[in-house]
Amino acid sequence: MTRFAAKLQYLSALLIAMCFLTKAGSAQETYFVTYSHEMEEPGNLEVEFKSVAGSPSGGNSFVGSALALEYGAKAWWTSELYLDGQSTSGESTIFTGFRWENRFRPLLEEHWINPVLYVEFEDTSADKSLLEVVGHDGLADFAEHNDRSEKKREGELKLIFSSNVRGWNFSENIIAEKNLANEPWEFGYAVGASRPLASKAGPKPCVFCRENFLAGVEMYGGLGDRPSLGLHHTSHYVAPALEWRMPSGTSFKVSPGFGLNDYSNRFLLRFGVSYEINQIAARLRGH
Amino acid sequence: MRRLRFSILVLATASCCMATLLAAVGDGQWRTRVPERARLQANPLANDRDAVAAGAKLFQQNCASCHGNQAEGRSKRPNLHTDRVKHATPGELEWLLKNGSLKNGMPSWSRLPEPQRWQLVAYLKSLP
Repeated sequence: MTRFAAKLQYLSALLIAMCFLTKAGSAQETYFVTYSHEMEEPGNLEVEFKSVAGSPSGGNSFVGSALALEYGAKAWWTSELYLDGQSTSGESTIFTGFRWENRFRPLLEEHWINPVLYVEFEDTSADKSLLEVVGHDGLADFAEHNDRSEKKREGELKLIFSSNVRGWNFSENIIAEKNLANEPWEFGYAVGASRPLASKAGPKPCVFCRENFLAGVEMYGGLGDRPSLGLHHTSHYVAPALEWRMPSGTSFKVSPGFGLNDYSNRFLLRFGVSYEINQIAARLRGH
Repeated sequence: MRRLRFSILVLATASCCMATLLAAVGDGQWRTRVPERARLQANPLANDRDAVAAGAKLFQQNCASCHGNQAEGRSKRPNLHTDRVKHATPGELEWLLKNGSLKNGMPSWSRLPEPQRWQLVAYLKSLP
C-alpha cells in the first residue's frame, strides 16, 4: 500500500464521516463520465471524491482519483474544480494536476432535449483519472511509466444533450479536446441512461428504500483526432452504474467498466462519494 | 504558435457565444410562461393519502435549504406561504418545479420523477 493510497483511504473515511454529520441536499449525477443537464443548485458546494482502479495488461495496476469541488454559481451556470492524483503500483504516487470546468445552460426552460455548453481548462501530467476518453487514448497510455515532465495543458469543449423522460435520464456528450501545445484536436463521446428504482417517494424517511437508488449505464470512448477521425485505434467502455442517495443527502456510487476492444483496459472499477454543503456563501456570511 | 492562437480564439469565441445566448434569453414572470395545457393539469396524486407526507419529506431533502424547513423563506429565497403559491394551480406549480426559473435562481427539478414533483405540489398546496 503506497502512502498516497493510504492518504486516499483517510480522505475517503473523512468524507464518509462528514456524510453522516452533514444535512445536505441530494447529490448530482449517477454517471462518472457522462454529463447530464443537471446543474448544481445555486449557492451550494458539492464535494465529491471519485476514484478509478485498473490493471492494464502490459502495465502496472493503478488508482486514479479526483477530488471535485462543484459550485452552483447560478441556476444556469455550474463551475467545478478538480484536483487529480494517481498511484501506480511499483512506480510512484503523484499529484497530477488540476482542471477547471464550467457548464452553462443556454436555454432557461426544460425542453425535450436540453443542451449544455461545457468549457474546461486542464493542466495535468501522467493523469489516470479517466474522466473522459478522447482521441487515441488507450491501453498504450497505461504502459508508460509515470512521467510528470510531460505537461498537458488542454482546453476541452463538450456539447451536452440531455433529456428527462418518464423518470429516465438520457444524456449524450460530444467531446473535443485540444492540447494547447502543437497537437491536433481529439474527439470523444459519452452516452448514458439512468433512472431511480422507484418514481414515487414513500411517506416516511427511509434509508434502503428503492427511491434512494438509481441505476444506469454509460458508454464512452474516443473518436480519433483531426488527422485520423474514426474508430481506428480508439478505446471504448461500457459501464453500468449504481448510486445510493442517502436521506442525509450523501451519495455513494459504484461502476464497473468493461473495455470493448483490445485497445481498452479490460476492466475498470470506479467508486464515488459526495456530499453537498447547502448555501455555503450564506453560511459564510452568517445567515 | 498559430495553432495555439487559433485554439485560444476558438475557446474565447465559444465563451462569447455562450454569454450572448444567455443574455438573449429573457425571463418574465414565470406564471405568464406556463402553457395553458400545463396550467390546467390536475394533480394526479391529489387523492393519494400519502402524497402530502411524501411531499413534505421531499421538500426537506431538496427545498428546505433555500426555502426554510417550514417553507418560511431563508435569506433572499422566497417564503412559500404566500397568495402566489396558494392561488397557483397545481399544474403551474408542477411546471415551475420541472422548468425552474433559472434566471431568478430557482433550479429545475426535472431530475425528480414526475410523481415526486406532484407529491411536492401536494405538500405546497397543503401549506397554511
